[in-house]
Amino acid sequence: MSTYVEHAHDAHDDHEHHDSGSQTVLGFWFYLMTDCILFATAFAAYAVLYRNIATGVSGKEIFELPYVLGETAALLLSSITYGFAMIAGHKGNKSAVLGWLAVTFACGAVFIGMEVNEFHHLIAEGHGPNVSAFLSSFFGLVGLHGLHVTAGLLWMAVMMFEVAKTGLTGRAMTRLNCLSLFWHFLDIVWICVFTVVYLKGAM
Amino acid sequence: MLLGKLTLDAIPYKEPIIVAALSGAGLMGLLVMALITKFGKWGYLWKEWLTSVDHKKIGVMYIAVAMIMLLRGFADALMMRAQLAKATDGHLGVFPPEHYDQIFTAHGVIMIIFMAMPFMTGLMNIVVPLQIGARDVAFPFLNSLSFWLLVSAVILVNLSLGVGNFARTGWVAYPPLSELGFSPDVGVDYYTWALQISGIGTTLTAINFLVTIIKMRAPGMKLMQMPIFTWTCTWANVLIVASFPILTGALAMLSLDRYLDFHFFTAEAGGNAMMYLNLFWAWGHPEVYILVLPAFGIFSEVISTFSGKRLFGHTSMIIASGVISVLGFMVWLHHFFTMGSGADVNAFFGIATMVISVPTGVKLFNWLFTMYQGRIRFTPPVLWTMGFMVTFSIGGMTGVLMAVPGADFVLHNSLFLIAHFHNTIIGGAVFGYLAGFSYWFPKAFGFKLNEKLGKAAFWFWQTGFMFAFIPLYILGFLGMTRRLNHTDNAAWDPWLYLACVGALLIACGIGCQLLQLYVSIRDRKQNLDVTGDPWNGHTLEWSTSSPPPFYNFATVPHVHDIDAFTDMKEKGEAYKVPHKYAPIHMPSNTATGVYIGGFTTLLGFALIWHIWWLAIVGLVGIIGAMLARAYDNNLDYYVQPDEVETIERAHFEQMGIDVDNYAERDADKPRRGSRPTTTA
Repeated sequence: MSTYVEHAHDAHDDHEHHDSGSQTVLGFWFYLMTDCILFATAFAAYAVLYRNIATGVSGKEIFELPYVLGETAALLLSSITYGFAMIAGHKGNKSAVLGWLAVTFACGAVFIGMEVNEFHHLIAEGHGPNVSAFLSSFFGLVGLHGLHVTAGLLWMAVMMFEVAKTGLTGRAMTRLNCLSLFWHFLDIVWICVFTVVYLKGAM
Repeated sequence: MLLGKLTLDAIPYKEPIIVAALSGAGLMGLLVMALITKFGKWGYLWKEWLTSVDHKKIGVMYIAVAMIMLLRGFADALMMRAQLAKATDGHLGVFPPEHYDQIFTAHGVIMIIFMAMPFMTGLMNIVVPLQIGARDVAFPFLNSLSFWLLVSAVILVNLSLGVGNFARTGWVAYPPLSELGFSPDVGVDYYTWALQISGIGTTLTAINFLVTIIKMRAPGMKLMQMPIFTWTCTWANVLIVASFPILTGALAMLSLDRYLDFHFFTAEAGGNAMMYLNLFWAWGHPEVYILVLPAFGIFSEVISTFSGKRLFGHTSMIIASGVISVLGFMVWLHHFFTMGSGADVNAFFGIATMVISVPTGVKLFNWLFTMYQGRIRFTPPVLWTMGFMVTFSIGGMTGVLMAVPGADFVLHNSLFLIAHFHNTIIGGAVFGYLAGFSYWFPKAFGFKLNEKLGKAAFWFWQTGFMFAFIPLYILGFLGMTRRLNHTDNAAWDPWLYLACVGALLIACGIGCQLLQLYVSIRDRKQNLDVTGDPWNGHTLEWSTSSPPPFYNFATVPHVHDIDAFTDMKEKGEAYKVPHKYAPIHMPSNTATGVYIGGFTTLLGFALIWHIWWLAIVGLVGIIGAMLARAYDNNLDYYVQPDEVETIERAHFEQMGIDVDNYAERDADKPRRGSRPTTTA
C-alpha cells in the first residue's frame, strides 16, 4: 500500500475499475434498454385493454387535454434545463449546475404534482383502476412512468447534495451523465404516453 | 395487525410430511452451522466468500445454491413419481391434491429459476472473465448484489414450505386461477415476489456481463475470436436483457390485480387472461434458449478440447446461436396454439418453431465434424456431451412434431409435452451444466474429480432419463394429461411404474455425484492440477493456475487466435516467466450485497404477508444501503508487484520451472501440451 495507492486515487478517484466512467455509462444504457422493454410491456397491455371499459368510463370522457398539455410542457422543459445543467457541468461551473438542477427538479416536481392530482381526481370521482381493465392499464402505464420520474427526482436530489458537497468530480459527472440519459429517456417515453394514451384517447 | 395476514395457523405443524421435511432440513442446517462453529470458520466464510466480489467465488456460490436447489427440486420430482406410481386404479396415494399441486408448482419453479439459472450463471461467472483474459467483471459489486438477490428469492421459496404455502397453479401461474378470487392465500404471492426478486438479479447479471464482454476483452481479442462459450453466454445475456423485463411487467400486473384490485388479467371488468399467457411466454420461450445456449457453448468447448481439434465452424456456431436467439423471440405462441388465434397465426408460429431446428442442426453437425478424425478422450464431460447429442436430438424431433398446430391440438397439456420439455431441458441444459461442472471443476478448485464415479453418474442419469421420460411420451399418446393427482386406467399403470423406476435411477446418478464430490475432495492430493491445464485446453482460462490467483492473470495476455492458449503453446509463449510485474488494480470486498439481499428478503416477506411497516423498513434499508455504497470511497486497491511475484513464483515452482535460472532460451524448447500436428 505505498505510492500506487495515491496514484490510483488521483487517476480514478472514484471508480471500481480502470476506465469505469465509460463502462458505467454503457451499463446504464443497457439498463435503459431493459426499462424500455418494461414500458413496451405496459404499452402492449394498454393497447390490448383500452377498449375494455366494462361498466366504467372511456378515455374520451375523462382526459382533459389542456391539463395534460401543461404537464407535458413542464416535463419537456425539464429536459432542456437538464441539458443546460450538463453543459455547465462540462464547463466545470458548479453553481450553474446546481441552479439548473434545481430548475429541473422544480419542473419535474410540478409534473408529478399534476399527475398525482389527476389520479386523485379520477379516483375520487369513481374512475379508479378497480373499475375496468381500461382504467387498470391506464393507471398501470401512466403510474409506471410517474414512479420512474419520482425515482429520478430522488436521484436528482441526491446528486445536488453530492455536487454541493464534493464538487464536479469524475464520479459526479459520470452519475450526472447517467441521470441525464434516464431523464431524457423518461421524456421520450412520456411523448409516447401523451400520444398513445391521451391524444388517441381524446379523439 | 402488526403481523399482517400472518398467524400461527400459517405454520403447518399438523402435517406430518411437512414437519418431517422441515425438521430434516433444520437439523441439516444446524449440523452445518455447528461444524462451521467447531472449526472456527465463520470469519473466513464471511470475509473470503459471502462478502467477496471475486467472480470466481461468486460463481462457486451460485453453483452451490444450484446444487442444493437441485436436491430440493429433485425431492419434489421423486414425490410426484412416487405419488403417481401409488395412486393408480382409484387409489388416492400419499399426497392430497392441494399438497400435490404445490409440489409440482415448486418443482417447476425451483428447477428452472433456482437450479438451472444459477447453475448457468455460476459457470458463466467462473469462466467468462477468464476466457476473455479479464481480471474481473465490469461491475464486481453489482455481481455480488445479483447473487444475494438470488439468495433472497431462494430463502422466500423455501420459507413457503414452513410458513404459509406455495402456489398451486403450476409453474406458469396462469390467471384467472392465480388471481385473488381463486388463489386467495399467500402461495401465489410467494411465487410472484420470489420470481420478481431473482429476475431483477438475473437482469443485472446480464447487463454486467454484456459490458464485461464488450469492454474488458484482452488486447487483440476480436469479437469473432471470443471463445464459443463466451459467445453463447453473450447471446444468452442479450436474451435476458430483452426478455426478463417482460416477466417483470407481467408479474407486476398480476401483483397489482392481487393487491390493488386492478383488472389486467381477471375474468371480470374487461381483464384479459390470455394477455398474461402471451406476456409470460414472450419471456418464457426466450428463457429456454437462455438456459440452453450456454450449454451448447459448453459442449462446443468440451468436444473441441477432448477431440484435440479446433472447433469445426466457429463462425457458423456464433451465427447459429444468434439465429436461435432471434427466432427464439418469434415462437412464443406455440405454447398455446389452442388459444384460438386462427389458422394463419398458428401456421406462422408453427413454421417459425420448425425453422429453429435448422441452426440447431448446424450446431449438431459442427460437433460431429469436430469429432471426426479427432483423438477423442472419453472423459465424463465427453460422455455428457455425447449423451446430450442423442437425447437432445430426440427432444428436438418431438418438438418439431408438436410445432405442427394440428398435432399440438391432440398433444397439448398431455404428458407427451412434459416428456418433450424435460427431454430438451435435462438432455440439453442440465447435461451441459454437468459437463461444464466436471470440465471446469479442476480450474475452480485445483484438483480433478474422480473419473469412475463421474462416469457412473452419467450412465445412471442417461438410463434413468430414458426410463423416466420415454414412458411419458407413451402415456401422452395414451391420453394422460399433466398435473393429475391420481389415475384410474389400467393401461397407464405399467408406464407409471416404469417412470418411477427411472426417477430412482436418476436418484442413483445424483448419489454418485455426491459421492464423487466426497471422494474427490478426500483424494484431492492424488489428483492435483499443478499446471492449470489438465485437459490440454485451447482457451485462456487454462493459461493461468488452478485455482487462478484472485487477479486471474499476472500479466494480461495478448490474443492472436480463436484458440488463444493453443496458439501461445505452439509459439512457445505459454508459461513464460515475466521479467517484472506491474501493480494490479482490484476491487475491494463489500458486505453491501449481503445487506441489500437481507433487506430485500424482509421486503418480500412483508409484501407476501401484508406487513406494511416491515415492507417500509425493508425498502428504506435497501435505499439506505445503496446510498451508503454510492458514497463509500474505499472501493478498490492495488496488489503490489512483490505480492504478485510471490504468488506467481509458487505457481511456477509447482510446475517445475526454475524462476531464478529462467532464461529465454528455455522457452524455445518444445512445450508440453501443444496441439498434435495432423499428418496428412
